[in-house]
Amino acid sequence: MPAPLTAAPRRRFPSGIRLVDYTLTGWTALVMGFLYLPIIVLVAYSFNRSRLNIVLESFTFAWYQRVWENGPLLRAAQNSLLIATVSTVLSVLLGTGGAWLLHRYRYRGARSLQTLVAVPMVMPEILMGISLLILFATAGMGLGFTAVIIGHVTFSFPFVLVAVQARLKGLDPAMEEAALDLGATPLQAFMLVIVPCLRPAIVAGALMAFTLSWDELIVTFFTTNAASATLPIRVFGMAKVGLNPMLNALSAIFIVATAAFVLFSNYLKKLSR
Amino acid sequence: MSPAPVIPTDSRTPHWRAWLLLAPMVAWLVLFVVVPTAILLVYSFCERDEVGRVLFSFTLENYRRVADPVYLRIFLRSIGYAGLTTIICIVVGYPVAYCIGRAREDWRQRLLLLVMVPFWTSFLIRTYAWITILKQEGLLNGFVQQLSPTAKPFDLLYTPTAVVIGLVYAYLPFMILPIYGSVEKLDGALIEAAHDLGAGPLRVFSSVIIPLTMPGIAAGTLLVFVPAVGMFAITDLMGGARVPLIGNVIQNQFLQARDWPFGAALGAVFMGLFALTYWIMLKLGAHSEDSVA
Repeated sequence: MPAPLTAAPRRRFPSGIRLVDYTLTGWTALVMGFLYLPIIVLVAYSFNRSRLNIVLESFTFAWYQRVWENGPLLRAAQNSLLIATVSTVLSVLLGTGGAWLLHRYRYRGARSLQTLVAVPMVMPEILMGISLLILFATAGMGLGFTAVIIGHVTFSFPFVLVAVQARLKGLDPAMEEAALDLGATPLQAFMLVIVPCLRPAIVAGALMAFTLSWDELIVTFFTTNAASATLPIRVFGMAKVGLNPMLNALSAIFIVATAAFVLFSNYLKKLSR
Repeated sequence: MSPAPVIPTDSRTPHWRAWLLLAPMVAWLVLFVVVPTAILLVYSFCERDEVGRVLFSFTLENYRRVADPVYLRIFLRSIGYAGLTTIICIVVGYPVAYCIGRAREDWRQRLLLLVMVPFWTSFLIRTYAWITILKQEGLLNGFVQQLSPTAKPFDLLYTPTAVVIGLVYAYLPFMILPIYGSVEKLDGALIEAAHDLGAGPLRVFSSVIIPLTMPGIAAGTLLVFVPAVGMFAITDLMGGARVPLIGNVIQNQFLQARDWPFGAALGAVFMGLFALTYWIMLKLGAHSEDSVA
């Protein structure tokens, strides 16, 4: 795409196409309704006393209390929390280090490495799941926490890497030069000058890695055992059986948490601009 | 081939330290992406004994079975479902992405946030939301019953329609966001120039806007089509076992039937399909970075 000659301000359509404008707006509103209606309905019915959730009866927190008292669900939540935390930490370490090296140095194979990093982001999860399952079986390693965490790090860290890399592109190379000139070792320059500049991107990447891990079903499905079952695995099992008001409550918690996450990471993005 | 520093001033950098930062990532990618894929390919040429253990040998039997009409049909059906899902997502999502991309700055941010929430909400939760709506004792039927109590309850769940609804609902935000990325970069002056040169609105759309936003469409297709082909959870939940897609068959080979070599062969064929789609979409201008919202 050719670059615009001047930084022309975004222009509105020529007046003849007003109608198209209105249609577009209407359509967008409709699609937003389609995206949100099921979610809103789900949250609304999580407060409904009726078991067969057709009629809105009276307001209750009973289903939330049931979730809170459900042993297996709580254990699954603990597992999810543990797995997401560990894989986020590992993803941040791998992703930040990798981004710096891909950004900062030139060497043979750098381009292929960049392509290879993108593969876990777009590779179908089921393929990653079965190939890791086969790997662990071949290596004689049992399934469980370690296997699940390895899987989660594999698909999460490229997202951290890309986020950090984008931030690095906007960074002034003179900062590192200045640090080196003032006598810092390259490692000091990286840890004391570069990393603090990258903080918003690292936090955003970490949030992304955490959410990806927290929500992930498919790769986990192939690498988990009964003891390390995560929340999505339990939810999948419950949803297969059918309707369950407890699931409404659990889903509502998920949805609210996700919305909070999106708002927070948006706030971080604004900070890093 | 040690990394040569970009900035000449720090040519004294001990190179091995730089490699120390990179080595874990390279090792991780090789160990958990390259090697597993290679083993998957090896397995697809192996046999299994009666109890499901893998015997290392060389046979094309698994691939011959993949070519069996039963499995070919499932493959084609999966591609059909995923293709239909992708097309619906483009048709439904493109105008939305365009509208967001051309909106005023403050509205753009708000609308974008609105798309982000479903984008980041687990597809499992969002699929479950549709179960509560479509099930026989679900909301849609309840609603119909309230309007006309004599109406017979119908079951939309466990039908192909339900599967497509589930897939579209799950993947629509993954189409809107990359297209939005392309629309946002669109230069309004080019559109006006086309108008000035006498092109009608349709002509402008088909010869200027579509080609310029093709990278977004390609990236969205990559994010929707490929995962939709291999999806088994949504088809399980929304289609019951009635509409098996290739993901369900692969999952079954690994976890129930325990025929890993055959499952690996199915996986390898799917991998080929994935690579082909990836290549075509890159040619159309998709960037892997676009997949990050």
